[in-house]
Parts: sequence; structure tokens; C-alpha cells
Amino acid sequence: MKFLEQLGKYFYLLSKVFARPEKIRIYYKQILREIENLGINSFGIVIIVSVFVGAVITIQTNYNIENPLLPSYLVGVTVRDSLLLEFSSTMMALILAGKIGSSISSEIGTMRVTEQIDALEIMGVNSASYLILPKIIAAVFFFPILSLLSMFVGIFGGYLICLIADVVPPSDYIYGIQYVFYPHYVSYAITKVVFYAFIIVTVSSFHGYYASGGALEVGKSSTKAVVHSSILVLLANLVLTKLILS
Amino acid sequence: MIEVRNISKRFGETVVLSDISVNFEQGKTNLIIGQSGSGKTVLLKSIVGLHDIDEGEIWFGDTHFNSLAFHERKEIRKEIGMLFQGAALFDSSTVEQNVMFPLDMFTNKSYEEKLDRVNFCLKRVNIENVNALFPAELSGGMKKRVGIARAIALNPKYLFCDEPNSGLDPKTGILIDNLIKEITEEYNITTIVNTHDMNSVIEIGDKVIFIYEGAKLWEGTKEEIMSTKCKELNEFVFATSLAKKLIKY
Ligand SMILES: Nc1ncnc2c1ncn2[C@@H]1O[C@H](COP(=O)(O)OP(=O)(O)OP(=O)(O)O)[C@@H](O)[C@H]1O
Ligand SMILES: [Mg+2]
Repeated sequence: MKFLEQLGKYFYLLSKVFARPEKIRIYYKQILREIENLGINSFGIVIIVSVFVGAVITIQTNYNIENPLLPSYLVGVTVRDSLLLEFSSTMMALILAGKIGSSISSEIGTMRVTEQIDALEIMGVNSASYLILPKIIAAVFFFPILSLLSMFVGIFGGYLICLIADVVPPSDYIYGIQYVFYPHYVSYAITKVVFYAFIIVTVSSFHGYYASGGALEVGKSSTKAVVHSSILVLLANLVLTKLILS
Repeated sequence: MIEVRNISKRFGETVVLSDISVNFEQGKTNLIIGQSGSGKTVLLKSIVGLHDIDEGEIWFGDTHFNSLAFHERKEIRKEIGMLFQGAALFDSSTVEQNVMFPLDMFTNKSYEEKLDRVNFCLKRVNIENVNALFPAELSGGMKKRVGIARAIALNPKYLFCDEPNSGLDPKTGILIDNLIKEITEEYNITTIVNTHDMNSVIEIGDKVIFIYEGAKLWEGTKEEIMSTKCKELNEFVFATSLAKKLIKY
């Protein structure tokens, strides 16, 4: 019962978000601001995590297939496909759900409990649309870029570890990452990431927008934002994988 | 003028406002007084449409406000300025951007014209040279002033203030009260102020209504309030130990 009520409130909020915008020029400024907040400021974490994960997948794959019958360039193939198919879309989205989800819901939640949202409404501004739509646009546009970045950096991380440590010969790795490459893996990842961006931003905004009380409740709502958007990302992954790959 | 006719408001089962009717007059500072939790904020927010009321009618001049849909309310909303209990300035914007916000949203003026208006409003509330500061860098009294400046940026016909002097020392509180009264008279605004501060009542209460447990128990002027027979209001008026001491003498 509670769940249905929440679901209803969520879709009601979405309908407010996509109502006709007030003044396009103001939105334009907000979108630029959000691209910086949500996109550019996430470059660091995406790069760091992807480099390390790329390197670790390389080491582990090599360890697992140390068999003279299997060519060593297979390590490169595996690293590439793991990144393209799952890591740079779903795992990256989970990491961003933690970073972006909590920041969105605490920002909007604080605005709610300090009456800043009321102040917007009183001026006749559609607060849901003004606060949330720029975030959705920024994330839907920028998550694919982050995902592509993660793929490149992750593959580079694997290469780096081949250079530094004695894993696979770098030339085999390079051969491997080019071996039977399916471009549609990339479009598959990008499609998923667009859905994830929408889920993370709207679910986190939802929890912030309906926060009530004080700082404690804002904290709770941002925990909920991260948990719920992570679970929904995983569910969406299941559904989208089934739909796209079948 | 704002006319409130028989409004009631419930949150779930709890009745917060019951059958309140009152006229708020133009060019006057109308006060809503009552204890903490009596329903002042809910009444104010119901009048401006931040809460939907369950029964009754709210009229802004000739417009039946609460019968309008959200987008139809916009014209009236542009004529409303509101100062919130905690000032509600936008954290991520500077003072200048805060006061300019309504101008950005509803006018097509050039930046210079808007800046002129912003500086005029800031000067009107007696603060200057704070344009580049963020709300976190202001004192409580300054925040309220900036809140008032933002509320009057579009030349409102109606001004709402929720506890404008709460959290301020008595002297600053009186300054803010007087500022609100001056602005009200200068621009002939219909002003409604929530307060539980008897100082404000004595200073600026052209018209006072007393809310007790969600109902209107009394209505009158600041002169009449001292000689009222209403028991609950008497208790409220003379609640402070200072007042009690004064009565003894
Ligand atoms: N959103 C809400 N949901 C449920 N109950 C509410 C809500 N807002 C207010 N109330 C209840 O309505 C009553 C009146 O609250 P209100 O905020 O109007 O008091 P107030 O007179 O403004 O008090 P104060 O002087 O402390 O600001 C309180 O009992 C409060 O618990
Ligand atoms: Mg209040």
C-alpha cells in the first residue's frame, strides 16, 4: 500500500517536472551548472575507479586462464568485453548513484526543509521542473560520456599493468583488445547508461523533494536515495539486458 | 485586500485550522498572533496556496484564488512577496542573485536595469555592499533583510511575513518590524505578518487576529488588545514574566 502511494507520488512529481518550462534561458544556465556538478566533477572518480578495475581484471583473468593452450591475447579480449558489457555501464552507474544520488537528494532535501522550495513556488516557479529537469538533461547527456571515458581509461589501466608488471606481453594485450570487436557492445552500454542516468536523478530528486523535518530526515532521505536508485539500476540492468540481447 | 472566508485545513485526521474568516486590509500591517503550534504558519501558507485548503474561499481582491489551477495562479503569485521564517534564501546563489531571481524569472529587463532594482531594494532594507556575499556569510538579521528585499523586488501588492523577528535580538526585531510597516505604508501593500512577539503587536499591529488551537478567537487593534476580555488572549498577552511583574506594580 505504502509502495503504491510512493509510486503514485513519484509519477506525479515526474508529470510536474515535464510540464512546460517557464523561461528557457534560465534553464540553460541551470543545465550548464548541473553539467559541471554532476558530469565534470565526476571525471575524477570515474577515472580512478576505472584504471584500477581495468588493471585488476587484467591480473585476475591472466591468473585464471594460465593455460598453455589458451592464447594470452584472450586477456585483452576479456578485459575489453567486461568493461564494455558491464563495468563501464552498470558498475559505473552504481558508483555514480552513491556520489550523485546522495548529493542530489541532500541538495533538494535541504531546500525543502529550509523552505527554499516554498519560496520558489510562491514566486510562481514550478519548483519541480526548475530544480529537477536541468539535472535530468545534464545527466542523460553526460553519463554516456562518462561511460565512454570509463571504457577507454579501464582498457588503458589494463595496458598499464601489462607494462609495469609481468602479466601478459603488452603487444598481446593490444592485439586482444582489437580481436573480434563488436561495435554494438558500445551502443548497448550507452543505451543502458541513459536509462540509469534517468533513474538515479529522478529517484534521488524524489527522495529529496518529499523530505520533511530537519537535517536528520535529509540525511535519511539521501541514504534512501542511494539504496533505491542502486536497486533500480540493477533491476533495469536485468530487464534491459534481456530486452536488448534477445 | 485579502478576504478569507470560512477556511478549514486538516492534515490527515488532525484539524489544524477550523472555520477561519477574516479580512486583511490594504495599506495596513495585519498581524496573526498565537502560541507556537496554534496554526499561524499553516494559515499563512494556506492563504498563499502552498497548502490546499479543505473548505472555504480565499479572495485576492476580486480573484477567487483557491479556485484557480496552478498555472492560472501565476498572475497573482507575481504580486505576492513572502518572507519565510528562516528567510529561505537560495544557498547556492549570492545576495545579488537572490534578489534578482524574481526579476530574472518574470521580467525581460537588461542586466543593468535589474541590478539597479536590486541595489534599490537592498538600500531600502538598509544593507549595502553585500551583493557578492552568500547567505551563509550573513547574520540572521541580514538574512531577513535580504529576504524582504527579494520579496519586494517585483513591487508586490501583497506581502507575507512568517515570524520576521524570530531569532533576533529585541532591538533588531523592532527594526525589522518597523521596516515592514514602513514599506507597507509607502507602497500601499496588503501585509500579513505572523508573530508571537507582543513587542511587534504594540509596535506595528494595525489589525490583529488571535489564533488559538486553529480557530480565530479574537480580532481587533493593538489598542483594544490590552483591555480584552478574552481569557486565552489575556493569558497570551501577559505570558511573559516581565509583563506579570509590571502588572503587580
Ligand atoms: N505538513 C504538516 N503535516 C502535518 N501536520 C502539520 C504540518 N504542518 C504543520 N502541522 C501541524 O499543524 C499545527 C500548527 O503548526 P504551525 O506550523 O502552523 O504552528 P505555528 O503557529 O506557526 O507555530 P510556530 O510559532 O512555532 O511557528 C502543528 O500542530 C503542526 O504539528
Ligand atoms: Mg510558524
